[in-house]
Amino acid sequence: MSETPGIPAPPEEPSEEQASRIGVDSWVAETERHGRGRGPLWQLARLWEYSPDPVKLLAFVALASTVPFWTNEGDLFVFGLFTLLYAALGLGLNVVVGFAGLLDLGYVAFFGIGAYTYAELSSSQYGIHWPAEATIPIAMAAAALVGVVLGFSARRLLGDYLAIVTLFLGQAFVFFTGVANPTVAGKGLTGGANGIPQLDPLTFFGYQLTSTKQLYFFLLIVVTLLATALYFANQSRTGRAWRALREDPLAAEVMSIPVNRLKILAFVFGAAVAGLCGTIYAAIETAAVSTNFSVSVLIIIYAVVILGGFGSIAGVFVGAIVINCTLEFLEPQNDHPEVKRWLFYGTIVLLIALLKPWFRPVLVLAGTIAFGFVVHAIVAATTAASWTSGVPVSGASWLARWAVIPTGSHGNFNNYLYIGLVVAVVCTASLKGWWRMIALVPTLYLTALVWENMLTQNGGITAFILFGAMLIGLMTVRPQGLLGTARVEIV
Amino acid sequence: MADAPPQPLLELKGLSMAFGGLVVIDNLDLVVNEREIVSVIGPNGAGKTTLFNLITGIYRPDDGEILLEGNSLVGLPPHAITQRGVARTFQTLRLFLNMSVIDNVMAAQYGKTKVDIVRSMLRTPGWWKEERQIRARAEEKLSFFGQRLMGYRWDQPAYSLSYANRRRLEIARAMATEPEILLLDEPAAGMNPVETHEITELIGKLREEGGYTILVIEHDMHVVEGISDRVVALDHGVKIAEGSFEQVATDPKVVEAYLGTKATATK
Ligand SMILES: Nc1ncnc2c1ncn2[C@@H]1O[C@H](COP(=O)(O)OP(=O)(O)O)[C@@H](O)[C@H]1O
Ligand SMILES: [Mg+2]
Repeated sequence: MSETPGIPAPPEEPSEEQASRIGVDSWVAETERHGRGRGPLWQLARLWEYSPDPVKLLAFVALASTVPFWTNEGDLFVFGLFTLLYAALGLGLNVVVGFAGLLDLGYVAFFGIGAYTYAELSSSQYGIHWPAEATIPIAMAAAALVGVVLGFSARRLLGDYLAIVTLFLGQAFVFFTGVANPTVAGKGLTGGANGIPQLDPLTFFGYQLTSTKQLYFFLLIVVTLLATALYFANQSRTGRAWRALREDPLAAEVMSIPVNRLKILAFVFGAAVAGLCGTIYAAIETAAVSTNFSVSVLIIIYAVVILGGFGSIAGVFVGAIVINCTLEFLEPQNDHPEVKRWLFYGTIVLLIALLKPWFRPVLVLAGTIAFGFVVHAIVAATTAASWTSGVPVSGASWLARWAVIPTGSHGNFNNYLYIGLVVAVVCTASLKGWWRMIALVPTLYLTALVWENMLTQNGGITAFILFGAMLIGLMTVRPQGLLGTARVEIV
Repeated sequence: MADAPPQPLLELKGLSMAFGGLVVIDNLDLVVNEREIVSVIGPNGAGKTTLFNLITGIYRPDDGEILLEGNSLVGLPPHAITQRGVARTFQTLRLFLNMSVIDNVMAAQYGKTKVDIVRSMLRTPGWWKEERQIRARAEEKLSFFGQRLMGYRWDQPAYSLSYANRRRLEIARAMATEPEILLLDEPAAGMNPVETHEITELIGKLREEGGYTILVIEHDMHVVEGISDRVVALDHGVKIAEGSFEQVATDPKVVEAYLGTKATATK
C-alpha cells in the first residue's frame, strides 16, 4: 500500500460514455443466436418450448386416452399401464432428487410399504377387505410416517450419508418382507418369499376396477392429478425454496429458508407418492412380492428421472415412455427379436452421426461396412468354411456376408472377441483426431461381432447392456437429460 | 428527531471465536444503532467475514453475546436469525445461479410468507393473494437499482448477469427478507470506478429510502469515507480503532496494521 490512509478525494460523477451500457449482455446475445436455428427438429423444439405447460399436459392426456383403443389388452398392460406407473413413481422421486436434490436410495422401500399395506388390508391374508378409498390414504400415511421417522432421525445425516441410510432401508425392507416374515396373529406377516397373493381389485365406493382398461384410465387420472399438484407445488414458495436449497443450501438457510425442514418435507412427500404407487401396483399385480422392490427397480425409476432430466415434470413422462417401452422390447421373451437388432445398430449409428464435421460419420460408417466385407472375404478365403457359415439370429441374411459368425465351437473365439473389443475401445479412447476415426472402424466392427456372436443369444444380459449403452449415449449428448435444463455450476 | 438518543439495534459483547488454536475474533464489543451506517475495515484475514458469519449464525461464538433489539441470537439457526431481521450478502457471491433473477428475490421471502404446500397445490385464494404480494415485493426490491435489474432481466438466469449486477442482486435478495439490519460484505469488490460510485450512492439510499441499518465491510476507502457514520477497524480479530472516518483513517495503529501486513486495502 503506497498511500497512507489520509483523506482521499471523493469519487467523481460518472461520465456518459463511462457508464456501462444497459441492455447488452451475454444472455441476450445467446438468445439471439438460439433464434437462428433451422430445420423441422428445431421447429418442433420451438413449438414445445413456447407451448404453455397446461397445453403440454392436455396434449399428453389426450394422446394417452387414445392408447386403449388401438392396442390389445396385453400390450396395454405392459406398455400402457407400466409406463403410467413409472411416470407416477418418477414424479415422486423427482420431488426428492430433482426439486430438493436429495439422493434417496430407499425410495423403492416406500413403494413396497404402499404395496404391502394394501396387501394386508385388502386380501384374505387376515380376512380384511377394506375398500381402496380407505387403504390408499392409510398406505400413503404409512409410507410418509416411515419417511418422517427416518427423516428426523437422519436429520444430521441429510448430506451424503442420506444415500447410505436410505440404501440400508431399502435392503432392510426386502429382507424383512422376504426373509424375516415375523409371525403375527398366527400367520407370517408378509408371506415370506412367496409374498401375499390374491389381493382384492381396487374398489372405490363399491365400484371395482378389474379390466386393464379401467386400471389404465384410473392411473391416467392419478398421474394427471399428481403432475398438476406437483407443478403447482413447484410454483409456490415451497418450490422456490427447494430450488434455492438445491442451488446453495448455506445461502438458502441464510435467506430465511429452513433447509432441514424442507428437505424432510420433500423426502416425506416422495415417500407418500411412492406409497400411493405401491397400492396401485399391488392391485395391478394382485400380489405383493418382496423381490419386486429390489435395487433393480430403483435403478429403473432413477433412469426415468435422469433420462427425462432432474427437476422436469414433462421429462418424467418422456423418461417413463422411453424406458418402459425400451425395456419391454428388450425383454428376453419378447417376440420381436429383430427390434433389438435395430435398436442396437440404430443406437450406434446415431452416436456416430453426432461426430462433427458431417463427413466424419459418413467416412467412419462407410469404412466400417467396407472393413467388414474385407475381413469376411479374407477369413472365408483362408480358413475352413465353418468359420463363416454361421447364421445371424433371427434372419438378417445380409449380415452373414459381413460379420464373421462361426458355426459350432471355435475354442475361445468368443472370449478373444471380448478382449479384442476392450483393447480396441481403450486404444480408440486414447487416440486423437483422425487416428481416432481410423481406430473407430475396427472397434465398431468388433462391437458388431460381439453382438452377433454372443449377445443376441443371451437375451437377459443383452437387454441391460444395450439399455446401459443407450443411457450412456444419451448422457454424453445431453447431460441434463431430454427435457432438463443445463445447469451452470461456475461462471 | 436529530436529538433523539440513539437506539442500539445490534450489540456484540465480548464476542470471541477461534478455529482450532487460531483466535479470529477476540473479545469484540460493538454497537450498531438504529439507522446508522457502520463500516468495518481491516486487512485481509482480520476476521471481518467471520464476524458476519457469527452474527448470522453460520458459526457459533465460543464466548460472548449477540443481541438484536435486546434479544440474544446466539444458538439460533441462520434462518431464524434472518427471520428476526438480520440479512447479509456474501463476499464470495452465493446467488442461486440457475434460478431467474426474480426467483432469487422471491425465494428469499420464504421466512416472511405463510401459505403451506397443501394450499399451494390446491391454489387456494390465499395462495393467489400471497403469490401476487411476493411478486410485487420482489419487483419493488429490484426497482431499487434503477434500470440495472429491471424488465427483461427478471427472467434471465442469475448466472447470466454481469459481476456488478450479481452484487446488486445479492443486495436485493437480502432486502427481500425484510430485515432491520443489512450486513454487506465488500459490496464494491471487483467493481469499476463508475460502479463503485453507484454503490456508494446506493448504500446511502438504502438507509434514506429503505430505512435499513447497515453494517458494511469494505476495502475501498473512497466508499468507506462516502458512506460511514462510524468506522471500526479490526486487526487479528481485535478492535484497534473506532470513530469517524478521519479519526480511524489517521490512527497510527490502523496505518501500521495495513502497512504491517502489506495489505492492498486502498487505492
Ligand atoms: N472455517 C474456517 N476454518 C478455519 N479458519 C478460518 C475459517 N474461516 C476463516 N478462517 C480464518 O480466519 C481468519 C479471518 O478470516 P476472515 O474473517 O475471512 O477475514 P477477512 O477479514 O478477510 O474477511 C483467516 O485467517 C482465516 O483463514
Ligand atoms: Mg472477508
